[in-house]
Amino acid sequence: MSLHATHRDAGQVTVVDLSGRIILGDGSALLRKTIRGLLDDQRKKILLNLADVDYIDSSGIGELVSGFTAVKNQSGDLKLLHLTKKVRDLLQITKLYTVFDVFTDENTALQSFG
Amino acid sequence: MASDTKHLEIALETVVESVNLAEEMCLRVAEAAGFGEDDCYRIGMSVREGVINAFHYGNKERPDKRIHLAVDLTADKMIIHVLDEGAGFNLSDVPDPLAEENLLSTSGRGIFLMRAFMDEFDVVSGKTGGAEIVMSKKLPASGRASPNGQGGQSATPQQEA
Repeated sequence: MSLHATHRDAGQVTVVDLSGRIILGDGSALLRKTIRGLLDDQRKKILLNLADVDYIDSSGIGELVSGFTAVKNQSGDLKLLHLTKKVRDLLQITKLYTVFDVFTDENTALQSFG
Repeated sequence: MASDTKHLEIALETVVESVNLAEEMCLRVAEAAGFGEDDCYRIGMSVREGVINAFHYGNKERPDKRIHLAVDLTADKMIIHVLDEGAGFNLSDVPDPLAEENLLSTSGRGIFLMRAFMDEFDVVSGKTGGAEIVMSKKLPASGRASPNGQGGQSATPQQEA
């Protein structure tokens, strides 16, 4: 299943709803293009909704980290919402769970951007 | 090789699509061998990472090179070999992705994931050069082959592709 991404504005925050697999190839490329596009539009508060993403490989992890760094470098914030169990486990064993701000509730996540 | 070992091998092109093809092939073998959903996920992910490693680091994404994937299903485990046509590498040279200074690296987690998800993992020099990843997963108790090689489950992979 390829990756799909749509985004919606919630005040100053852009919520990106992702579904599918973030893997080497089109999936990672779409995530990169989406985040870079938002930064180009000066949307620097980004919440990635991963509720429908049940698979990420090392390439996808790399793309998440790359996006996180790119947003941080522009004084923005990239946070994660609704991790599936597999994705949460993956971020935990790679110690990235402590790097990203992760939320289970969208309103709480939106408020955290300040 | 023991007579009751089932063997499957394929030479893959050095293209992104080979990663999905390898994962799909090994998942079918794993499912047929009786592995549960979680183990199939771990095996599939490990195969992906092994082939990504061969595609990117071993063969340097050169289409004139091949990635050699082999699967052996013995009486008690599934063994996966991923051989590239690159220069080879030493495991000791691979940076630790959990080290503080590497946490925000955008690459270098494939080896770590294979080690985490499989029961055994090693990298050896291939017979014709290159690096050969060898990793295995013990079969679930109910899926282990009987001594006569007929398998403990109704579905087992076909002999020799």
